Formats: sequence, structure tokens, C-alpha cells
Amino acid sequence: MNHLPLIIKREYLTKVKNKAFIVMTILSPVILIALIAVVAYLSQVNNDKVRTIAILDETGVLGQTFEDTETTKYKVLEHIELEAAKVLVRAEEDYGLLYVREQSDVDAIEGGITFFSEESPSLSIISGLEGKLEKSLTNLKLLQEGVDLNKIESSKIKVNIAQENFSGETTSKIESVIKLAFGGAAGYLLFMFIIIYGNMIMRSVIEEKTSRVIEVIISSVKPIQLMLGKIIGTSLAGITQFIIWIILGSVLMFLVSSIFGLDMTQVQTPQQELVKHSMNGQPLSEQAQSIITAFYHLPIANLIFAFVLFFIGGYLLYSSMYAAIGAAVDNETDTQQFVFPLLVPLILAVYIGFFTVIEDPHGMVSRVFSFIPLTSPVVMLMRIPFGVPIWEQLLSFLLLLGTFFLTVWFAAKIYRVGILMYGKRPTYKELIKWIKY
Amino acid sequence: MSNILEAHTISKKFGDFTALNQVSINVPKGSIFGLLGPNGAGKTTLIRIINQITMPDVGYVTLDGEPLQNHHIKDIGYLPEERGLYKSMKVGEQALYLAQLKGLSKAEAKKRLQYWFERLEIGDWWNKKIQELSKGMAQKIQFVVTVLHAPKLLIFDEPFSGFDPINANLIKDEILRLRDNGATVIFSTHRMESVEELCDHIALINKSNKILDGKLSDIKRQFKNNTYEIGVKTDQIDHLHQDLAHKFSVSPAQFKTIDQQLKLNVKLAANEKPNDLLSYLTTKGEVSHFVELLPSTNDIFIQAIKNNS
Repeated sequence: MNHLPLIIKREYLTKVKNKAFIVMTILSPVILIALIAVVAYLSQVNNDKVRTIAILDETGVLGQTFEDTETTKYKVLEHIELEAAKVLVRAEEDYGLLYVREQSDVDAIEGGITFFSEESPSLSIISGLEGKLEKSLTNLKLLQEGVDLNKIESSKIKVNIAQENFSGETTSKIESVIKLAFGGAAGYLLFMFIIIYGNMIMRSVIEEKTSRVIEVIISSVKPIQLMLGKIIGTSLAGITQFIIWIILGSVLMFLVSSIFGLDMTQVQTPQQELVKHSMNGQPLSEQAQSIITAFYHLPIANLIFAFVLFFIGGYLLYSSMYAAIGAAVDNETDTQQFVFPLLVPLILAVYIGFFTVIEDPHGMVSRVFSFIPLTSPVVMLMRIPFGVPIWEQLLSFLLLLGTFFLTVWFAAKIYRVGILMYGKRPTYKELIKWIKY
Repeated sequence: MSNILEAHTISKKFGDFTALNQVSINVPKGSIFGLLGPNGAGKTTLIRIINQITMPDVGYVTLDGEPLQNHHIKDIGYLPEERGLYKSMKVGEQALYLAQLKGLSKAEAKKRLQYWFERLEIGDWWNKKIQELSKGMAQKIQFVVTVLHAPKLLIFDEPFSGFDPINANLIKDEILRLRDNGATVIFSTHRMESVEELCDHIALINKSNKILDGKLSDIKRQFKNNTYEIGVKTDQIDHLHQDLAHKFSVSPAQFKTIDQQLKLNVKLAANEKPNDLLSYLTTKGEVSHFVELLPSTNDIFIQAIKNNS
């Protein structure tokens, strides 16, 4: 008798109808969006504030260095002693005072610059001031040496290397960034999915044990059917939750940004910074176009296909181990010692993905770890946007599939014995013994 | 009478631990079969093997003459000792789910559930969650779920635990009714008085070995030791007591009487006949009480285990 559909249905419905699950599904995107909105709002407020910086330049040569911007105003003080200037700046509640001590030599000015302020100033302000001063002083020095500044300006050259692979497709830096974003998102999604829903499967197995319903069930169902039903049912519930999150999240994002007029994109991520950086100097329309062509150049079909296969394969591999852990223990506190070794390869995979694959997607380390089954789903998903030969993908997937069947077989053995064991927490040695029963 | 279930020389080891050693049992069709034994004797392992939850290392089990197969699951109803239900599921949904796992269609399961819920007067529990019910109430649901698919063979492991006397009686009557309707019952318990009341066959397992089995009446015959409980009204109680103590081995007996009289358990030697004792007693006074002492299941249990170890 095949009860798999029945078990999957029950697992799915009990998960989906569970109050905590419903609350989490609805509340998570609300909280997340609220958080983003708050951050966006705060950084907007922050940016709107105008700071005034007083400047006391005893050398008198830095006059043209500081120009007012939208957020920073410069106030040049003249004919005043340093101590008096400090008092004045404090009294007027200005942000700070930049003091340049009297020097006759341009080379020595750099050693006599101090910034006075009430609190320690923000890093961006200091580095901004430093940049301006460096530029001014360099120019002064160049003038002193008799160099024509206009010549320097006109002889600056900007290089943008055109990239083209051997089969003649042109690529660009922006494409690398987009590939990175795609691979990173896919790998990270899988990582999160495994942790959240793997735990859910484990808890659901433990619940069956603690409520003592398990023996009633397995007198009608084979343990492996029950285990697979649990994994599949919980995964479907997980996918449902994810889809709701995405839909609800984008709707809320749209609502919040249109109602409050907040520009969510102001919350900048390092990736956005990278995109910006790689597009330096291109006009806007060209930028948009290069993003679109970058998308077209991604191996979309391969990406989707591989994503589905590696996602399912990787998730099933880990969740069968989570199920076995759930069967081996009686309560959640006992799971720690078994879950930790499971997390190590997973975290390793994410680290390799984010550090090594970015650096060198086809290097030795990236390659090796995209074949090892415990890390391959995450690492391979991150590599694929950069173009991985089909045979490598296929081999990696077959290895993953083989390991999955092996793991399910072992997990089912542990599961079969474990679900009927109560009382003490088993050791690894005992688990190995169970496999032999 | 043919056997519905036969277990042939079943052995099962868990690592170095032998749970069952060459155990064979035959359960006659239509009987109530008591599977007895101290804690950890191997009863649950045997029951799990019958339910195909675990596989024996050696030996095989037949149901209606056929070696056990997957499809026999629907012919067996099993109420395990470690039992429970999904706490957050509603009673009705849960019962339907478990019935469907036993191969009933949803419609059929619903029809039968309505019948049983009405019968046990629990119809208004349908939409309650298990965690809202008391332990006894949950046990009733568990019982219904076990018998719902009308299996040929019912296996109850400590079925009365968690029930108050009224409900325990109700369940006992239901078990007897199911037997009368043609089901066979295997019954595992430590409560010897319910064995006494219900079982007609028993098997006793101790330390992984079967040490005793057969018809309960045969076993009682085998274990009786020719002891009679007597009561005699006489003026010379002490004299008669000494007299009997001289001839037989006697011990004081406990039973209720209105008058003062000699009450003794008299054990006869194998070649002595009760009639001789009776006629001897009639010459000494008025015999008010003369009963053959049959061993209780409890006595047999303790005796057999003691002999075995």
C-alpha cells in the first residue's frame, strides 16, 4: 500500500494550519519591511541634516579648498586666536573646527592640521576632509615645483578593458557582478532553506516520538515512507511559506515606499556599491543597457535547471540527516551534538562560495568543493553563473544524488530503530550499531 | 480449531542482546490469547515482529497460513503500550487519517467512525483537539482507531491502562463483543485478574524464552497441586487440627463464615483421593466447605518464573 501521498498531505496541512507557522509567515515580511523602512527613513533624516564646519587656516593658502555642499557648510574664520575660535564654534554649536597651524613651508603644513569637535567625528567626514586637503596640498606642491596643472589634468587616461571570451561573446565587469549576485542569492537561499526547514523536520520527528504516536503509525506504514513523507510535506510547506514571503514582501515594499515616499534603494548594500563602482563613468542609459545585456548573457536555462536540481538534491540530502537526528533523540536539547557536525560543511560551503568563488570561480578550491556532495549544492550554485561545463555539473549532481540515496538508506536505518528508542541519549557508537540491526 | 496466527521459532537479537530465542506461539482462531511475561521478557519485540515493525533474524510468522506480507497490515489492529496521538490534530481528522493508513477509504472510515463514536458516546469530540482531552478520553479514541478497520486479529498491549473502572469495563465488553463477532485477540498485560477474566489461551515468555503455553484450563490443571480448602464445624477444633496436620500437610485458610469452625488448606499426596479426605472429615463433624484450590494465573505466573530461574 502506498501511503506516501496521504502522509505528505497530513504533514503539509498540519504545518500550514499551525498557528505559529501562520503568524511567522505573515509577520516575518512585515517585520523585515518595517525594519528596512526604519533604516531608510533614518538614513534619509541623517542625510538631510546640514553640518557646519568652521575652518581656521593660519597659512592662508587653502582658501579654495572647501566648497559648500548640500549637507556640509564651511565657515572660514579669520583674524582670531585658536582658543577664541574653539569657544566660538562651541557656542554656535557647529559640528567642529578644522585648524591649520601657521607654516612657512608647504611640506610642513600637513603636520599641523587638527580637527576639534564635541564628540569624535564621523569617519566619512574626516576622510572627506583629508581627501580635500591632500588634493589641495598636492596641487600647491606641484605648483611650487613649477608643474602645469592643466597638463596633468589633460594627460589623465581612463582604461576600461573590453572583455570577450574565445567564442566571441563580449562580457563586462557589470556582468561579473550580476553573476555574483545570482550565484550568491541562490547559494544563500539554499543555506537558509536547509537550516529553517531541516530543523522543522527534525522537530516534527521528535514530536511524533514524544507524543508516542509513532508506534501506532509504523504498524501501518513503513518507516522510510513516513520519513520521506515528512521530508516532502515539510518542504512543500516551506516552499509555500517562501512564496508567500516573496509576494507579501514585494507588495509591502511597494506600499511602504509609495505611501511614505521613502527610497528603499538608499539602503545600500555592498553589492549595489559594487555595481555602481563597476559602472563608473558610463552615462545612465548605457548603464541600464549593460545590465539588461548582462542578464541576457547569463546562462538562464542552465541556471534555472541547475538551481532546481541542486536545490532539491542538497535540501533532501541534509533534511534526511535532520530526520535521522530527530529519530535518534528524545528532545530538542539533545540534538545539539548531532546538528553541529551537520552545520560545519554547510557553513564551510557558504564561506567558500562568498570568498573563494568570487575570487576565482574556476580555481582548484572552488572546483573541488563543488564536487564534494555536502558542499556541492551551495558552491556549485554559486559557480554556475560564471559558466561551468555541463559535464562538471552532471558529475557533481550524480555524486550528490548517489550520496543522497546512501544517506537516505543510512538515515532510514537510524530512523527505523531510533523512533522506537526512548530514554537515554544515544552516542555515535550506538548510532553505528543501529545501522547494523 | 485452526490457528489464525503461528509464529515459528522466532529469534531476534539487538547487538549482543537476545530479545527472543526460538519462540513459537500458536494463536487459535476466535480465542483471546494472553501473552504474558515480566518486564523486558521480549513480549513487545514479538508483537512488533507480528506487526512487521521489526523483522525476525530467524523464523517466520504466518497469518491464516500465509507468511506475513505487506497487505496483512490491514488485517491486524494494534494498540501499542507506548501509544499516543498527534496532540494538535483534531479527533475526527486524526481518526480519519489513521483509518486511511489502514487502507479504508475516506467515506467508509467516516461512516464507521460515526458508528463507533455513537456507540462509545463520544460523538461531540469530533472537532476537539487531542490536547484538550483527558488521558482516558484519548485512550477511547485510540481504541476506536485500533478496531475501526475491523481486523481479523487484534493485538492489545495493556489496553486498560489509563481507564477508570467503568470505562475499563466498557472496553472489556467491547473486546468480548469483537471476539464474539469473529475477531481473534492477542492480549498482553501484567494485570493477572484481567487475564483470568478474559483469556482462554496463554503463552508465558521469560528472559527471551517461551516457558509455558496452551489452554488456560489445561495449564491450571497442570499447576494444581491437589490442595483443598476445607471448613468443618466441630467441638474439638484443636484436636482435629492436630490430627489432620499429622496426616497431611496443612496451612491456615482464609474464607468468611458465620460460625466458629476449623478452616484449613489441606494438600494431598499424589496417590490420595479427595473423596477419602471428605469421608474422613464427615466422621469428625459437619463439613461446611470443601473446595479444590485451583492456582490463580497470578500463582502460575510467579511459580513458572521461579521454576525457570
